Amino acid sequence: MVTPSLLAGRRARNRLVIGLSVMAAGLGLVMLVWILGDVALRGLSAINWDFFTKLPAPPGEEGGGLANAIVGTLILTAVAALVAIPFGVMAGTYLAEFGNSRLGTAVRFVSDLLVSAPSIVVGMFVYLILVAPTGNFSGWAGATALAIIMVPVVTRTTEEMLRLIPSEMREAALALGAPYWKMVASVLYRAAATGMMTGIMLAVARVSGETAPLLFTTLNSPYWMEGMNEPVANLTVTLFNYAMSPYDDWQTMAWGAAFLITASILIMTITSRLLLMKRTKS
Amino acid sequence: MTEPATRTPRLYAKPRLDAPTANEGTALVDDAKIQVRGLNFFYDEHQALTDNTLDIARGKVTAFIGPSGCGKSTHIRAYNRMYELYQGQRAEGEILLDGVNIVGPGVSALDLRHRIGMIFQKPTPFPMSVFDNVAYGLRLRSNLPRTELADRVEEALKGGALWEQVKDSLHQQGTALSGGQQQRLCIARAIAVEPEVILMDEPCSALDPIATGKIEELIEGFKGRFTIVIVTHNMQQAARVSDYTAFFYMGKLVEFGDTESIFTMPKEGQTEAYITGRFG
Amino acid sequence: MAEQRSLRAWGDPLFRGLTRTFAVGILLLLGTMFFMLWQESAASIDKFGWHFLTSASWNPVLEDYGALVAITGTLVSTAIALVVAVPISLGIALFLAEIAPKALRTPLGVAIELLAAIPSIVYGMWGLFVLAPLMSDYVQPLLSSTLGFLPFFSGPEMGIGMLTAGLVLALMIVPFIASVTRDVFLMVPTTLKESAYGLGCTTWEVVKDIMIPYGRKGIFGAVFLGLGRALGETMAITFVIGNAHRLSWSLFAPGNSIASTLANEFTEADSELYTSALIELGLLLFVITFVIIGLAQWWMRRMAAPGGH
Repeated sequence: MVTPSLLAGRRARNRLVIGLSVMAAGLGLVMLVWILGDVALRGLSAINWDFFTKLPAPPGEEGGGLANAIVGTLILTAVAALVAIPFGVMAGTYLAEFGNSRLGTAVRFVSDLLVSAPSIVVGMFVYLILVAPTGNFSGWAGATALAIIMVPVVTRTTEEMLRLIPSEMREAALALGAPYWKMVASVLYRAAATGMMTGIMLAVARVSGETAPLLFTTLNSPYWMEGMNEPVANLTVTLFNYAMSPYDDWQTMAWGAAFLITASILIMTITSRLLLMKRTKS
Repeated sequence: MTEPATRTPRLYAKPRLDAPTANEGTALVDDAKIQVRGLNFFYDEHQALTDNTLDIARGKVTAFIGPSGCGKSTHIRAYNRMYELYQGQRAEGEILLDGVNIVGPGVSALDLRHRIGMIFQKPTPFPMSVFDNVAYGLRLRSNLPRTELADRVEEALKGGALWEQVKDSLHQQGTALSGGQQQRLCIARAIAVEPEVILMDEPCSALDPIATGKIEELIEGFKGRFTIVIVTHNMQQAARVSDYTAFFYMGKLVEFGDTESIFTMPKEGQTEAYITGRFG
Repeated sequence: MAEQRSLRAWGDPLFRGLTRTFAVGILLLLGTMFFMLWQESAASIDKFGWHFLTSASWNPVLEDYGALVAITGTLVSTAIALVVAVPISLGIALFLAEIAPKALRTPLGVAIELLAAIPSIVYGMWGLFVLAPLMSDYVQPLLSSTLGFLPFFSGPEMGIGMLTAGLVLALMIVPFIASVTRDVFLMVPTTLKESAYGLGCTTWEVVKDIMIPYGRKGIFGAVFLGLGRALGETMAITFVIGNAHRLSWSLFAPGNSIASTLANEFTEADSELYTSALIELGLLLFVITFVIIGLAQWWMRRMAAPGGH
């Protein structure tokens, strides 16, 4: 009943597709090794003690480091996280617990839109509301832009994680006479803690590598930061400026910055994955 | 708070005048903790319970049996108004707890749930230590001094027959216990606050026979101390642990009576068919 | 005691109200963003009107601005990215879900996710320093010698330009689309696949007839999210697109996208109209992204069940 030629054709097509698929995967792997390899090889040569402790050297001068930018990025990211996490967790709680309403649907839709909002436009918006009126670039503006990018991500993660908790868990706490808010705070957040933390870490990792929202808000600075009301040195904008500069030293520094950013983000990503794996095992 | 249970409530077959035929067998008890009168329940437009009328005897175990979807779980979830969590679910009729109607906004759901505990099909240990699990309800109600709290937790865990296994590891996560232990933890958590009534919604359906046996022993021991309503799929279980049995079918209470009569000489054909395994 | 009682009465409405406030905050955020961009681009909108969309002029000296070059650049680079990225992503997803030996699946899956986590500026920088020279030395000469009769593949072999920008974008969205698609493939019930294999289907036939139809909603969603990312991506492109306000048939020629124009010029804009025109570009990008993402979401919601219509 089986036509041999037909079968052969099907086999051949199957082999072809499998071959293409293997090639695609191989290509992906090669790109990963290639990019990470380049970043590591070129970046590591820029990284030394001075890199973490010194201020940038003027163009043409040897040495110097990006200590100010490292501190600046840490502070901007931390401030953004401190604002965005409570905001996102509360909004996500609304969506998961009370969000089966028109408002819930609207908020869900808008958060999904905001997740894909071009980050450069977010930077532009913050420029319009915080930088243009005051007339100066500031750390606050940059942190605000990063926070705006984080909020919808944290919101949707919180919602998803809370929705994974079986309704029996809620009912069990309520059946003991717990008020709803207390049930959420003492039972649901605990039960969802790992998932929420993973999501939040990924969001933090994502914004710590963002450049576009900082270009028009925090700008950059060659000095130590003088406060959140001033431009704040940060790694990503420094990387952008240095990489586009004609100076070899600065380009090397840019690779160093790229290495540092990539390494920290990958570490955060891997940690959050391990966290998640540990939880699913237990 | 708990009544002496030595008095055996007398059964008297007294169908309500307006009761539909399916409720012919409705029997009321004379020392009722809960009196359900004409309870209807709706999921949006769909009516899940039709005119349920029955009594739950004080200090006794009442079992609800019936095929899946017959409304027995829906019925007990009305006792602590758990349905209020969900949009579109509503109850009509009266549920009197010690003579006070608890359906409707007059009674606070929180107060009600302080008096009525609930055990679920799947164990629901909270993501915290064994100790904190049991202390959870106590802490909701009052600020007990540390030592008294510890005493109450110990007492509850003993009541749940779990103390011996966990006394040295009270600070391990509740989720680390075995399934049967988790369910006993939930029972300990429920009895720690000394509720008047405990609702059990198929408490053993996720457990193996040995764990099931232990839970049944606990229920046996609770007689007289708590008024218990247990929903079960397992007719042997109903026969073993309960004093009264109610048989539900398609949202109606088909037959209610003392367990022995229900299982030995059911009055309704449907009950007999279900008990003998001909449907369900 | 009274305090406790009032907390009990007010606790839940208060909590609900509080969470609701933040949820509404998200709506307000989007509303404010849209309003501010609209308001601040008023000068440009008043001056150029619809002509802004069709004009290829971008002249700060004469104060004459049009969005055509930037819009074209955004669409072309995104199109190149999708054409390259979608088949590769599907191949990778298929490999990870169905073909790879069990032991390799998790580590490779993690590797792809790591690629997705690398910040876009690193892709851009790598594109400028590593990919662009390769493009000018090998890829572009090869393309122009073989496909040079097409206007797309002729022109200056400088390395940077539309093609390189599209490829860097593709590189950036491949891991994203691939890992989401893999998750979609993994959700296909085993019994479904086994019954197809049981009929004598080859792997490819199972993929084509079972897995892709079953997961098409998810795959579609993954591609559109990748598309959304590519449209608004700034840093990966700004390095390599060339920053030239010129329209050209050649994909080798430098160009500009909306995002790269903003990144390069916004802080340097020295007149009100210039700034306003840039903000209008931002508004356009905002609207294009949201229309595409919104449509995708609406369409996905319409396909209720996986494999449904």
